[in-house]
Amino acid sequence: MKKFLVAVLALVLVMTACLASAEGAIKIGVIGPMTGAAADYGTSVANGAAIAVEEVNAKGGIQIELNVQDDEHDPEKSINAYNNLWDWGCQMIVGTVTTNPCIAVGAQAYEDRMFMLTPSASSTDVIADKDNVYQICFTDPNQGSASAQYISDHTLGTKVAVIYNNADAYSTGIYQTFEAKAKELGLEVVAMTTFTDDTTDFSVQVTSCKEAGAELVFLPIYYTPASMILQQAKAMEFAPIFFGVDGMDGILSIEGFDTSLAEGVMLLTPFSADGQDEMTVNFVKKYTELYGNVPSQFAADAYDAIYTLAAAIEKAGITAETPAEEACDMLIAAMQELEITGLTGTMTWAATGEVTKSPTAVVIKDGAYVGAQ
Amino acid sequence: MTLFLSYLINGISLGSVYAIIALGYTMVYGIAKMLNFAHGDVIMIGAYVSFCATQYLGLPPLVSVIFAMAACTALGIVIEGLAYKPLRQAPSLAVLITAIGVSYFLQNTALLIWGANPKSFKSVVDFGALSLMNGQLLISSETIVTILANIVIMIALTTFTGKTKVGKAMRAVSEDKGAAELMGINVNATISMTFAIGSALAAIAGVLLCSAYPTLQPTTGSMPGIKAFTAAVFGGIGSIPGAMVGGILLGVIEILGKAYVSTELGDAFVFAVLIVVLLVKPSGLLGKTVREKV
Repeated sequence: MKKFLVAVLALVLVMTACLASAEGAIKIGVIGPMTGAAADYGTSVANGAAIAVEEVNAKGGIQIELNVQDDEHDPEKSINAYNNLWDWGCQMIVGTVTTNPCIAVGAQAYEDRMFMLTPSASSTDVIADKDNVYQICFTDPNQGSASAQYISDHTLGTKVAVIYNNADAYSTGIYQTFEAKAKELGLEVVAMTTFTDDTTDFSVQVTSCKEAGAELVFLPIYYTPASMILQQAKAMEFAPIFFGVDGMDGILSIEGFDTSLAEGVMLLTPFSADGQDEMTVNFVKKYTELYGNVPSQFAADAYDAIYTLAAAIEKAGITAETPAEEACDMLIAAMQELEITGLTGTMTWAATGEVTKSPTAVVIKDGAYVGAQ
Repeated sequence: MTLFLSYLINGISLGSVYAIIALGYTMVYGIAKMLNFAHGDVIMIGAYVSFCATQYLGLPPLVSVIFAMAACTALGIVIEGLAYKPLRQAPSLAVLITAIGVSYFLQNTALLIWGANPKSFKSVVDFGALSLMNGQLLISSETIVTILANIVIMIALTTFTGKTKVGKAMRAVSEDKGAAELMGINVNATISMTFAIGSALAAIAGVLLCSAYPTLQPTTGSMPGIKAFTAAVFGGIGSIPGAMVGGILLGVIEILGKAYVSTELGDAFVFAVLIVVLLVKPSGLLGKTVREKV
C-alpha cells in the first residue's frame, strides 16, 4: 500500500513538473554515462550543462528545459535513452558524451532528423556522413595539426621528435596530421619512432630521440605508455619538452606515479580550470560551489554546447512549438554562421560538423595542470 | 660507437630481467620436467604484493621484497598442490594445458582484486645510475642490481642442487621419479619444494622487472614470461647458467633488432630466435643432449 502511495505521489509530481515545463521552454536532451566506468565524463557534462542553462534562463530571453538520460557508455542503452527523449518531445540533443554510443545514436538521429551537438565525442566517425551532428571538441586528427600549430606559434622547439603507437588508429591519425602540418610550418621532425600495444621497454625510442638532438618530443599516445617513456627518459638523463594531447590527460592520477617525472610536460587541451579570464573564473567558482570539485574539460565543453545552442536557437528563431525535424534544418543553417567564444576558445563550424578553434595548452607544474602562457 | 654501446647496455638491462625470470622457469623445468606457464603470472602477483606492501602498509622496499617472496612461495605451493599434483601420472600435455589455465586464473584474479587501471611501481633500488665515458653511457642502478641478483641466484642454485641433501634429492627426482621413491625420497615433497623455490625467485624477478619497467597491471607478467621462456630454451632449458646467458643474449638481440631494423619488430626477433634454436640446436646453447631411451 505504502509503495502504491509513493508511486502515485511520484506520478503526480512528474505530471505537475511536465505541466510546469510547458510554458514555452525549449526542450534539450542530454545523453551520457551517469553511472558505470565512464560516469565521471557524463556527470561532468550534465553539471556543466545545468550551470549554462540556469544562466541562459536567468537572462530572461530563451528559456531552456533540460532532460538528462543515462546511457552507461553503452550504445544500446544510449538508443533507449534517445527514445525516451523523443517521447518526451525533445527538440535537440547535447550528446552523446562518449564516442561509440554517439555513433549509434547519431545514425538514429540522422533518420529522425534530430539535431545533435556532442560536447566530447571526438572521433571523426561521429560526424561522418551525417549533416545533423556537430562537435564542440576537436576531432582526433585535428589535434595533430593543432599541436604542430601551437608548438610553432610558441616556438617551443624546432627539432621535434615523435613517438607514437602505430597499432592504434587514434595515435596514428594524430601523428599523420601532425607530420603534415609540421612540415608546412617548417618544424624539423628529427626522429620518428613507433611502438606497439604491449611495449614496456622504450629505451630504443628514447635513445633515438636523444641522439637526434630533439628539443621537443611529441607524444600523441595514452598516458600509460607516456608514463613509462617519462621514466625511461629520466633514467637516460634526457630532458626535452614533452608535449601530449588529450590522451595524456590523466597521467597525474595513475596510482603510485611519481608526479615529479611529469614536471613540465605540456598537453593540448581545450580548457584549463585555472584560467584567469572572467568567464572561466566565474564558471569554476560556480561549479566548485555547487558540485564540490574542480570542473574538467567535459564540463566546460558542455557549458559551451548549451551557449552555442542558445545562440543558434536565437539566430534560427526556434520556439518551443517548432518540431524537432524543422528545428534540425534551421539549426544546421544557423550553426555554420555562428562564431562563439566560450570556455574552450572561439569556435566556428564547417558544414561537416567539425569545429575550428584555437588550441590552448596546459603545463604540469608541481603535480597539477596549469594553463600555459 | 657510443650509440652502439648505449644500445648494448639497454640490451643487457632488458636481458638481465629476462634472465632472472628464465632462472625460475628453468629451475622448475629441470626438476619437475614441466613447463610452468603460470610463472609469468606469479611474477605479476609478486610485484603487486610488493607494491601494496610499500604503498598501503608503508613498509621499506627491502621488507616488501621479503613479503612478496613469502606470499609467492605460499602461492607456488598452493598452485602445485591444487593444480599439478593431481596430474602427476597424466600425460605432460594435460599438465601444460593446466598451467595455461592457472595463468589465466591468476590474471583474472588480479583483475578482480586490483582492477584494470595500471599502477606505477616505485623502484626498490634507487642509488642513481653508473656513468661511463663522461656521462655518455649510463647504466641504471636497476640493471646493476638485477645482474648481481642473477649471479647470486645462479651460484646459490648451483650450490644448492649440487651440495645439499634436498638439492641432491631434487636431482634424483628429475632423473627418475620411480627410482628416487624407492631410495626413500619423498617425491611429492621434493616437487613442492621446487615450486616453492621457483615462486620465491619469481617474486624477486617481479620486483626487479617492475623496478626497471614501472607499469604494473594484470598482464604485466605474461609477455616477459613468454620471452623468458624463449630465453630459457635459447640457453638450454634445465641449465641454470644457460638461463642467464640466454636471457642476456635475447635482450641484446631484441634491442639491437629494434634499434637497427625496426622498432615494431622487436618481439618478432625474439620469437625468430626461438624458431632458429629449435631448428638448429634444440638443446640450446648450454643444454645437454639427452638421448631418449626407447
